[in-house]
Amino acid sequence: MTNELTIFYDLYTARADALMAVSALVLLVVGVFLKHNALSRIAIGAVTVLFVTFVMTLQQDNSDAPIGLFNDMIVYDRYGVFMKTLILIGAIAAVIMIVRDTAGHVFGRFESIILVMLATLGMSIMVSANNMLSLYVGLELQSLSLYILASMNRNSLVSAEAGLKYFILGALSSGLLLFGISLVYGFTGTTSFPLIADIILMGQDATIPMPLIIGLVFVLVGLAFKISAVPFHMWTPDVYQGSPSSVTAFFAMAPKIAAVALIGRLLFSPFGELQSEWVQIIYVLSMASMIVGAFAGLVQKNLYRLLAYSSIGNMGFILLGFVAGGLDGVTATLVYLAIYLVATAGLFAMILSVRDKNNVAAVNLSDFAGLSKKSPVVSYGLAIMLFSMAGIPPLAGFFAKLFVFKAVILNGHIVLAVVGMMASVVAAYYYLKLIKIMFFDQPSASADYNVQSSGLLRWVAVPSVAFITLYIIAPDRLVYEATQAALSLN
Amino acid sequence: MTLETFPLLTVMTFLPLVGALFVMLIKGSDDTRVRNNAVNVGAFISFCVFGLSLVMLFNFDTETSDFQFVENVIWFEALNLTYHMGVDGISVFFVVLAALLTPICILLCKQSVTSRTREYVVALLILETLMIGTFCALDGILFYIFFEGVLIPMFILIGVWGGPKRVYAAFKFFLFTLLGSVLMLIALIYMFVAYGTTDIPTMMFDPLAGDIQFWLFLAFFASFAVKMPMWPVHTWLPDAHVEAPTGGSVILAGVLLKMGGYGFLRFSIPMFPEATELFAPMIFWLSVIAIIYTSLIALVQTDMKKMIAYSSVAHMGYVTLGIFTATTNGVEGAIFQMISHGLISAALFICVGVIYDRMHTREIKRYGGIVKNMPKYATLFMIFMLGSVGLPGTSGFVGEILALMGAFQADTVIGTLAASGLVLGATYMLWLYRQVVFGPVENKDAAAMNDVNGMEKFALIPLAAMVIWLGVQPNFVLDRIGPSVENLLNNYYTAISLPTDELARMGR
Repeated sequence: MTNELTIFYDLYTARADALMAVSALVLLVVGVFLKHNALSRIAIGAVTVLFVTFVMTLQQDNSDAPIGLFNDMIVYDRYGVFMKTLILIGAIAAVIMIVRDTAGHVFGRFESIILVMLATLGMSIMVSANNMLSLYVGLELQSLSLYILASMNRNSLVSAEAGLKYFILGALSSGLLLFGISLVYGFTGTTSFPLIADIILMGQDATIPMPLIIGLVFVLVGLAFKISAVPFHMWTPDVYQGSPSSVTAFFAMAPKIAAVALIGRLLFSPFGELQSEWVQIIYVLSMASMIVGAFAGLVQKNLYRLLAYSSIGNMGFILLGFVAGGLDGVTATLVYLAIYLVATAGLFAMILSVRDKNNVAAVNLSDFAGLSKKSPVVSYGLAIMLFSMAGIPPLAGFFAKLFVFKAVILNGHIVLAVVGMMASVVAAYYYLKLIKIMFFDQPSASADYNVQSSGLLRWVAVPSVAFITLYIIAPDRLVYEATQAALSLN
Repeated sequence: MTLETFPLLTVMTFLPLVGALFVMLIKGSDDTRVRNNAVNVGAFISFCVFGLSLVMLFNFDTETSDFQFVENVIWFEALNLTYHMGVDGISVFFVVLAALLTPICILLCKQSVTSRTREYVVALLILETLMIGTFCALDGILFYIFFEGVLIPMFILIGVWGGPKRVYAAFKFFLFTLLGSVLMLIALIYMFVAYGTTDIPTMMFDPLAGDIQFWLFLAFFASFAVKMPMWPVHTWLPDAHVEAPTGGSVILAGVLLKMGGYGFLRFSIPMFPEATELFAPMIFWLSVIAIIYTSLIALVQTDMKKMIAYSSVAHMGYVTLGIFTATTNGVEGAIFQMISHGLISAALFICVGVIYDRMHTREIKRYGGIVKNMPKYATLFMIFMLGSVGLPGTSGFVGEILALMGAFQADTVIGTLAASGLVLGATYMLWLYRQVVFGPVENKDAAAMNDVNGMEKFALIPLAAMVIWLGVQPNFVLDRIGPSVENLLNNYYTAISLPTDELARMGR
């Protein structure tokens, strides 16, 4: 009796995620029976569902104490709410972009929208996972959906290659993750995050068993694959390049946020007591990502490969907050993630609006030559996003960097801060290069890329540009929310 | 509303930004009507700002060294940042300088900028906001935001409207400056961690103890030395100047170069006095090398803009020399030199622009004997040329002589070497003037050029008048900067006479 009631209570509390799961399946069935325009009609349904989920998630915000659900498999706290909010924003933006980008193409099928929804559900589980098993279930639900999305353009060789590469390396990383989980389980006897934390805390005085550390390392490596931190980043440029452009936009936003959220929870909740052990790993990952992201991006000619290295570099900056640790560090990471999400969404929305006469999106840097003469508004919008990514004040990207660097310096990692700053100067070069191509170069005679007006993308681009430009006026609100989220983690 | 409660600095800072929004909203293709509208709106707004800056200047209290027209509201609680604005004797004239040069640049673009005028005006207005903000900001991070934000419009200005090698110049300018600035940002964040705030008046005259001061000094030095620019990190300046459009060169030489010197006075000396004392000899030598070496390089230039750019580096050498002598004469001379150089080099770039618009070349050899067909131009050019040489009676003389007096007080050898720069400066400027204005007519086109038109007169005559007026009435400036300089130096000498363990006892 009581058990049944608990189930209902749990389901009621998790109603946002449950709604997403049920509607994804319903929309899948509906989509099959729709004769024409299935993609855009399903997309309208999906955006509605995601938006309702978004509102429901925001309303859960008032819960101060974390709530454990389904025998503590899932935990609802402000950290999860913050991350889910970001993920849902990313998912909504991605659905809009996918509709605009793929409508009319052979691969413009409604299934991609369903897959985005299922991936979002998986991420939602990931960020609120409170147990290694729910972590893994969420992660795999997300990953499998993403593998299929990457190879959506089945007529294209590079898309199939991207999907396959993503799948093989993703499967490898999942294997490493599972191996790590089994080691952790073997030495703590549990998969539950709070119990792992308790056991580590109890054994504080004794030496920490080496296999537990090895397990932690494997778990981190598995997750480092997902956020494409160097040296586990090899798949990123190929997948970014090969996947349909709008799907790449999704990859750059939501899955990264979910994986960072997961790493954050793992590091500070079950393994919080092992900070001195894992901080070295994160330190190296962060520094290597910043450096490789900056230098490897310099020579790219393909826009999506460039953005892949840009996101690798950004992951390095995001990890800086975890290196710093503590309330400051986690808050800084969350603020950075939020600003990164908005900037990425806006950047991709504007890039996707640049197309040739056959409605194919621009992929090479040179396709943007002289864009500012043809379409000044979008060019200035793009320039704002790129300057923000380069961390130039007064744009929001500067504050994101300011926050992580403040946290890092506060915790005494001056060398890491200096390296990070230098990397950001190097990375500024390739952001400037795109601005240069748009503003200083003459349009080439052969290619005729231009902004094809689309009301849809405007819904993503305009709010993003507004946020990035005006963030300076009222910076406190976001930081307050991030601080609350970080507080609920510790 | 009285002047005490009127947020004068905020209005001055953000009025150009509002103007930029209006200019952006002007619809239509890039035809003459749109161009005129853009220029007129931009000029009107920036003249309003200039008017406000005069109100500020004439209501400026010459008796006190405190910050005036102060505004202080909480802006970013999480980082304890405040929107703190104010001016003192050190910054007040730079604000006026920025407000003076922007409308001139906007008006001049009517004839020198032929494409995308609307965007050009917008860029200049945004630049004005950032420049005035830099000199008024009294919070470290706020200062950094304005200081660094300048890169965006300047990058666009050089890259879109610049000369043939504009892309290279724009990248070099941007990356050089950014590299210096991020080090300063790290130092600023470090200071935030140490002080719990980045409020400039709080951090001034309250130095941190120990070795960290030296590292912080070097980090700030990296930024300001590039901005200044000091030898050997000056190499971006000739490129940027040569490639930038006239308006860009004027703003760059007139205002942006002063941000480095202002930064030394606002941050380095008051916040790191011991490091200042330690590094002063090194900076003396760098300044002397800059003065002599870049003067020699200027001698062999064939491009007018490049020559003036190198002369700017030499003149900035007097500024760094003056500042780090830490004598009243030296510091006052440095500030005066910056103001004077702001007027003179801006005017010289306008002069080059005038003949460039007619001939589309900056090669010195292509000109000659233009005094016959352009007598008014020759007269105006002569005033600025002599000002740059430092002829008594012009503002250039006052700044250089004060800075040199400071240098002789601090170190006779340095003073002597620096004084030799005066001779070299006279050599290349007089040579430039002779080649371009006098001599035989080398080129029929040059001989057919029209004299300065109304707009150019409107830009150059007030500048010429100011150069001469400041030359004979330097006290107008010196009275206003005096108290702040005295206060700065008194606190500096108090700080360096305190032994280190004393500082440690005070809890720092």
